[in-house]
Amino acid sequence: MPNRQTPSRGILARPLAAVVALGAFLALFVLAGPASPASAACDGTAIPKTMSGVLVNSADDGAPVPGVAITVTNCDGVEFEGETDESGAFTIDFEAGIGPVTVALDPETLPDGVDMRDGASTTNTLTGSLTELNTTFLIGPDGRNVETKWDRVAGLVYSGLLFGLILAMAALGLSMVFGTTGLTNFAHGELVTFGAMAAFFVSTGIPLPFTDNDISLPFIWAVPAVVVLALGFGWLQNTVLWQPLRKRGVGLIAAMIVSIGLQFFLRNVYAYLTGSRTETYQDYYTPQGKDAFGLFTYTDRDIAIAVTCIVVLTVVLLVLQFTRIGRATRAVSDNPALAAATGINVDRVISLVWIVGTALAALSGVFLGFTLGVTYQIGQLVLLLLFAACCVGGLGSVWGALLGALIIGVLIDLSTLVIPSDLKNAGALLLLIVILLVRPQGLLGRRERVG
Amino acid sequence: MPADRDEPTLDKTTLDKAPLDKAPSHRAATDGKAGLAGLAGLSTDPGVAKPDPILVATGMTRTFGGLKAVDVAHLEIQRGVITALIGPNGAGKTTFFNLLTGFDRPDAGERWFNGRSLKRVSASRVARLGMVRTFQLTKVLSKLTVLENMRLGATGQLGEKMWAGWLPFLWRDQEKEVTGRARELLTRFKLDTKEDDFAGALSGGQRKLLEMARALMVGPELVMLDEPMAGVNPALKQSLLGHVKSLREEGMTVLFVEHDMDMVRDISDWVVVMAQGQIIAEGPPDAVMADQRVIDAYLGAHHDVDITELDPEVVALEVEAEIGAEHGSTGASTTEELER
Amino acid sequence: MDLITTPLHDAFAPVAISYVLAAMGLNIHYGYTGLLNFGQAAFAAAGSYAMAVTIVSFGVPFIPAILLGLAASVVLSLVMGVPTLRLRADYLAIVTIAVAEILRLLFSTSFKKYFHARDGVSGFTGTFRSWNPFKDMEGTFLSFSANDLWVMVVGWIIVALVSTLVFLLMRSPWGRVLKSIREDEDAVRSLGKNVYGYKMQALVLGGMIGAMGGFVGALGLASVQPDTFNTDFTFIAFTMLILGGAARVLSPAVGAVLFWGVLSFMSVALSELSDIVPGDLLDSNRIGNIRFAVVGLVLMLLMIYRPQGLFGDRKEIAIDAR
Repeated sequence: MPNRQTPSRGILARPLAAVVALGAFLALFVLAGPASPASAACDGTAIPKTMSGVLVNSADDGAPVPGVAITVTNCDGVEFEGETDESGAFTIDFEAGIGPVTVALDPETLPDGVDMRDGASTTNTLTGSLTELNTTFLIGPDGRNVETKWDRVAGLVYSGLLFGLILAMAALGLSMVFGTTGLTNFAHGELVTFGAMAAFFVSTGIPLPFTDNDISLPFIWAVPAVVVLALGFGWLQNTVLWQPLRKRGVGLIAAMIVSIGLQFFLRNVYAYLTGSRTETYQDYYTPQGKDAFGLFTYTDRDIAIAVTCIVVLTVVLLVLQFTRIGRATRAVSDNPALAAATGINVDRVISLVWIVGTALAALSGVFLGFTLGVTYQIGQLVLLLLFAACCVGGLGSVWGALLGALIIGVLIDLSTLVIPSDLKNAGALLLLIVILLVRPQGLLGRRERVG
Repeated sequence: MPADRDEPTLDKTTLDKAPLDKAPSHRAATDGKAGLAGLAGLSTDPGVAKPDPILVATGMTRTFGGLKAVDVAHLEIQRGVITALIGPNGAGKTTFFNLLTGFDRPDAGERWFNGRSLKRVSASRVARLGMVRTFQLTKVLSKLTVLENMRLGATGQLGEKMWAGWLPFLWRDQEKEVTGRARELLTRFKLDTKEDDFAGALSGGQRKLLEMARALMVGPELVMLDEPMAGVNPALKQSLLGHVKSLREEGMTVLFVEHDMDMVRDISDWVVVMAQGQIIAEGPPDAVMADQRVIDAYLGAHHDVDITELDPEVVALEVEAEIGAEHGSTGASTTEELER
Repeated sequence: MDLITTPLHDAFAPVAISYVLAAMGLNIHYGYTGLLNFGQAAFAAAGSYAMAVTIVSFGVPFIPAILLGLAASVVLSLVMGVPTLRLRADYLAIVTIAVAEILRLLFSTSFKKYFHARDGVSGFTGTFRSWNPFKDMEGTFLSFSANDLWVMVVGWIIVALVSTLVFLLMRSPWGRVLKSIREDEDAVRSLGKNVYGYKMQALVLGGMIGAMGGFVGALGLASVQPDTFNTDFTFIAFTMLILGGAARVLSPAVGAVLFWGVLSFMSVALSELSDIVPGDLLDSNRIGNIRFAVVGLVLMLLMIYRPQGLFGDRKEIAIDAR
C-alpha cells in the first residue's frame, strides 16, 4: 500500500490553493493601470499596406453606408485618410512597419439617421504583420436572431447527448486498454481518426492501381467495412507494436511515450494522405432536419447514429458482464497476476481488448466525421475529451467511461450558453481538472485505484 | 545512554546534529531495562495500557472495498523495548504499519507519537518526528551508490534546499560531516567495503542492512521494521538480529512485523498478535505463543480457507500480489486481494 | 550546398534555442525527477505571452516584463502541480496537456484586446533590439540577420547559464533527492523528505526554463502566436530530450541541434526530390508531414530500442519506474 498516497487528503486546502494560484495568474493579465496602446513606434522598415472594409447598416437591411471618413494611423503616428464609396467599401493605402495600426471611423460623417450600434467602438486596433488588413465597424442594431438561452437548452442537451454517445465508444476502448494494461494511450485519438479516414476513402473511392477505376462502397456498407478494417488495424497494431512491447517488459511510462510517437506518426500519415485538407463524406452529409415537439431539430442520420451507438455499447457491456471472455477481461483489469493464476490467458485478453478498442474508436470516428469533417486533426481534438471522459467517470472503469463521455458531451454543448463556442472544449478540460482536485478517482472509480 | 555505545565518535556527531538531539538517549525512562521493567506484570489483554508508551493508536480502521483490513481498538507501544507484531497471512499487519507511519490514511482512528497527535501529519513529517520505517520489499535506491543512499537519510541538510544546492560552498562542510556519520554506520553494518557500489548490486540481506542503516541516518526514536528477515540468508540473520538488539541498547524503540517465529522469540520483549485486522492478544513472547486465542487464530486462518487455496501456485501468487502492492504498479486491487 | 548550410543554419537559429530550453526544462521534470509534463508548451506560452502583453498593452519595461513572464510560469506550475503531484504519474501528464490546450484556446479566442487571437502579439522587441550590438551590421552574417544574431548570442548564453545551473544543482544533495524520487518516492518519503515539495520545486524550475525558451522564441520571431504552442511543441521537445538522452545536462542542447539539423536536412532533400516526383505527392505541406511522421517513428524506436538516447546512461534513467 505505500505507493497509494491517499488522494483525498487536504480536500479543502488544495482547491483553495489552486483557486488562489489561478487568481494570481489571471491578475497577471489584468495588471493595474490603463492601457497605453499603439504608442509604440514601428519595428522594421515601413512597407506599403492596405486597409479595407465595408460599412453596412443593419437597421436598413444591410444597405451600404457611403461617404464616411476613415482614418488609418500607423504605429509611427502617421495618418492616412479615406472615405467609403457608394457600395460602402473603403480601401486605404498606407505605409507601416511592424506594430499596431489603428483605424478610426469619424461618427460625424455618418449620414443622417445612421448610427453606430450601442456600445460599438469607432476605433479598431490591428496587429499582425499582414500587408492586407481588413476591419469592420458595427452600424445599426444587432439584427441577429436573439432567442433566449432557455430556448437553446433542449437542442444543446440533445446534440450533447448524441456527441456523448459517439464519444462513449471511443472512451470505452481507451478505458478498457487502460484497465487491462495500465497504459494511458495517447494514440487513441488517431484510432478515431482512422475510422473517419477509412470511411471517407471507402465511400468516395480508392483508386485501383494500374487502372482508371475507383473502388467504392455506398456509405451504409462502408460503415461495416470500416469496422472490419479497424479490427485488422487493431490486430496489426497489437501484433507489430504493443504485444512485442509487453513481451519486452517495457515500462508503462516508456510505453506512454511510445504511444505519443505513434500519435505523431499516424497523424502525419493521415495529413499526408488528405493533403492536410478537410474532406466531407458524399452521402448523408446534409440531412433533412425534423422538428421534435418544437424543442429541437433532429435528423434521421442522428437517429441512425444514436441507435447504432446504443446497440454497440449495449452489446459490449453485455459481453463484458455475462460472457466468459468478458469476465476474463474484467478479471485482468482487476488483477492480472491473479487472473493469470486462474488460467486466463492474459496476453490474449489484452490483444483482444486492443482489437475491439480500435474498432470501437474507429466506429466513433466514422460518425464524428459528419460533425467535425474528415480531417487529420480529429484525433488531436478528441483525445483530450476522451481523457476527460475517462477521468471524470473513473479511469479504468467501463461504466465510468460511458457516464463520463455523456457528461462531457452534454457539458461541452451546454457550456456554449455561457462561454464562446470556440472555448467549449476548454470547459470540458476544466471539469477534468476540477474532478481531479475533488475526487481524483472519478465519479465511479474506487479510491484505491488512484495514487 | 552515550556511554553504552560501541563507538565513542558516534556520540559527538549525534550531539552536533539537531535532529538527533531529540534522540531518546537523553531520556532517563528510555533505558532499555527501565522500559522492559515497565512491562513486567502487565496483563495480556489486547490494548493493555503501558507505563511509558511512545506510540498510542486508538480506533484505527481501514477498509478496502467493503472488507475491513484493519480494525484496531487500542494499542500502546512501550518505549525502549522491542515489540513484535505477528499474525497469520492477511491479518492486516502491513496495512496497520502503513497507517501508523502515515503511508496510508485510516478511515477512522487516531494515533499519538510521544504524546503528539499524528492526525493529518504526512509520512515524511512522521519520519522527521522520529518514527522511521523500512519496507517489506526493501526500497534501497538501486541507482544510487551505497554511500549516496546513506547520505540521503540525513535530515536538515542545507544542500537539499534548492536555493542553496547550486552553491556547493554552502553545504560542503555539512556534506562531509554527513558522510562521516554515514561511514561510521556503514562500518558498523559491515557495508563499508561496498560504499561505492550501486545499491542495486547488493544481495537481499545487504539491502536489508543498508535500509536499516539508512533509517538510522534520520535519527529515529522509534524504528519500524517491516519483515526485516524476509529474504535474508541464514548467515546474515544472526548479524541482523544483533543489529536490531543493539538499537534497543542505544535507547531506541523497535516495532517490527515478522513471520520468523524464532526471531520473534529470540529478540522481542513484547509480542502483539493480529488476526483478521484485529489485535487478539499481546504479552511476553512465551506467554503469547502459548495463548489459546493465538493458536486458534493461526490454525483458524487455515481452517477458513478452501483447500484449493493452499495450492503452492496460489501461495506464489500471494507473494506476487504483495510485490505488486509494494511497487504500486498493479494497483490497489492486489492489496485488496492480499487483505482478503 | 543548401543541403549543408540550411540544416546548419536551422540547427542554431533562435527557434532551435527555444526548443533547447524547453527540453532542458523537461529534463528537470522527466529526466531527473520522473515527472511526466506533457504541457511544456503551456510554460513557454504563459511566459512569452505575459512578457509580450505586459510590454505591448501595459507599457511595462522589458526587464520587469521578463520577470513577470517568469512569474506567470511559476503560477502555472502551481496550478498544474497542486492537484496532481500527489497522484499517479499519468494524472500529471493528462492535466498538463489539458492545461496547455486550455491556455492555447484562451490565447487564440479570448481577451482579443490583449492577445489579438491568432495574429498574436507583436511589437515588444523594441527595447531588446535597441541593445543589439550588431544593429549597424550590413547584410547578413552566415545568412543570419543582425536581429537573429543578437537573439542567438543571448539565447546561447542563457543555454550555457542554465546548463551550468542544472549541472551544479544535480550534483548537490538537492539533485540527489530528485533522482531518488524518480526511482522510488516512498523510500524518500520514509526518510523524512517532503516529496511533494521537491516535486513542486522541480516543476517550477523546469517550467521557468521552459518560459525562457518562450522568451527566446518570441524575440526571434518578433511575435507571439497561439499556434506555436500546440501539443506538438511539447512532444518535439520530448523527442529532442530522449534523442540526446534524459538526465544528462547537455543532452537537450545536443538533441535539439541534431534534431533541427536532421529535420531541416530532410526538408531540403525532399524538396530537391519533389522536382522528380510527379504530381503533388511532395508538395510543401506533405514534405512537412513526412518529416514529422519520421519524428514520430524515431521517438517510438528510440523509446523501444535506445531509451537512454545517444548519450544517456541506461542504468541511470528510470524509464521503467512507475
